[in-house]
Amino acid sequence: MKDKYDVIVVGAGPAGITAAYLLAKAGLEVVVFERGEFPGEKNMFGGAFYGSMLNQIVPNYWEEAPLERFLTRKVVTFLSEDSCVSVDVKNRNFGHPPYNGFTVRRARFDRWYAQKAVEAGALLVTRTVVDDLLYRDGRVAGVRVRRDEGELWADVVIAADGVNSLLAQKAGLRRELNPTHVNLGIKEVIQLPQRTIEERFNLAGNEGLANEFVGGLEGNVHGGAFLYTNTDSLSVGIVAQLPSLQQNRSKIYDLLEGFKSHPMIHELVKDGVAKEYSAHLVPEAGLHMMPQLYTDGMLVVGDAAGFVLATGLYLEGVNYAMASGMAAAKTVQEAVARRDFGKSSLGRYKKLLEENGVLTDLRTFKRAPEFIGNPRLHTLYPRLACDLAESMFAVDGQPRPKLLPLARRKLRGQISMRQLLKDGLEAGRSLLW
Amino acid sequence: MVIIEDKLGLVRYNADVESHIKLDAAACRACPHHVCAIVCPAGCYTLSDDAEILLSYTGCLECGTCRVMCDHVEWDYPRGGCGVSYRFT
Repeated sequence: MKDKYDVIVVGAGPAGITAAYLLAKAGLEVVVFERGEFPGEKNMFGGAFYGSMLNQIVPNYWEEAPLERFLTRKVVTFLSEDSCVSVDVKNRNFGHPPYNGFTVRRARFDRWYAQKAVEAGALLVTRTVVDDLLYRDGRVAGVRVRRDEGELWADVVIAADGVNSLLAQKAGLRRELNPTHVNLGIKEVIQLPQRTIEERFNLAGNEGLANEFVGGLEGNVHGGAFLYTNTDSLSVGIVAQLPSLQQNRSKIYDLLEGFKSHPMIHELVKDGVAKEYSAHLVPEAGLHMMPQLYTDGMLVVGDAAGFVLATGLYLEGVNYAMASGMAAAKTVQEAVARRDFGKSSLGRYKKLLEENGVLTDLRTFKRAPEFIGNPRLHTLYPRLACDLAESMFAVDGQPRPKLLPLARRKLRGQISMRQLLKDGLEAGRSLLW
Repeated sequence: MVIIEDKLGLVRYNADVESHIKLDAAACRACPHHVCAIVCPAGCYTLSDDAEILLSYTGCLECGTCRVMCDHVEWDYPRGGCGVSYRFT
């Protein structure tokens, strides 16, 4: 290894590898440090991401990337104790190139993706934790690694070290994470035969399903659940708000077990064999938790920058991670041309994030985190939705009401019209208009 | 009620010889809530009968929940190549 490289990337996840791959392709000397045995070993997510960014980086990625299923069915389900109401969107077109979303296993996908960067000329150093930043003339100029007390120097350090980003904190770019900035997600991968998955979820070939659940968690914990189909397994998990777990004294793994035993869910996961259990924090607060994105000699990308769109309906992190990696790579290329790695030169990064949609999307949905914090979203509204739908279905010999009078009857005593309108307005402002 | 060890038994680990997380025993003893024992998704923290927090680092999933919820925990990543090793996730 040399003493100095053009760029050091910390973290071989989607954001870090995107930057490393593009910079290596542009002829720069890049080193990527990864603390795991291999890229993807330490990564966990629900299961699905959307390929539009990846297609820009690796055109026709589906011909070579290790993917699980292509999402042709998206379901949002409101869950009450014993019933559910769903919106079920199916589109077989999403099962053909250029596709839309797909599921992956991170230990496979990240490994493949990192290999692309290596083939492009990046040096990947695994099993190595980056402990701290090094400074020269008051600016970030390298890293200290926890291996043979190693020091390595570079023109730019890209912090792609995930949601906990100790480096962004050490650089003074962000403060300690707040319990309202992140949610805790856990997941079980449950093996089922390919055929069973296709029959149970009405999928053909390598089509897939992404199902998100609102409400129904025991103890009325604020959070939701998810179920994604992989080739021959299901990813089933819970995402919960930390203060709510604390208040309810709920163990999140008990909540997952409760979810799996829910009468509507049990049918979907039965006879499966649990293969793995995992946990990870999800950035949740978007713009409200965004750190300073750059300083002299350093950029922050991906989850380390809180680039996750979590609006309940949309849950996306990987494509934003990749978009931020692209923006970082372009920024560094231009900085190299100018031989200027100072703050104002690297400030280009923020402008590129505006242009490619990362910051614009977070701004569009900047009220979403607050809306998701509304307790009624996790308790009352799912129950009311189920109750209302059930009543519409039930034919019990009583005079049949129209929908609005029926709804008004259900709401009486549960919530005032004023509160309902307020919540409706907030939902509208956050997600609808 | 889930026996968390059953879930952790599904997970592959490369155990390190020392803990990557250090506690402040005095702070734990004085702590009014011991939220770590509630929120850790791997059940690493248990409250003993004499109000001590016992940490079992070998099952740690490295999520960082404890460092977010507690001001006193000294949290770092395990050494490179050590800790949880996901295969299916």
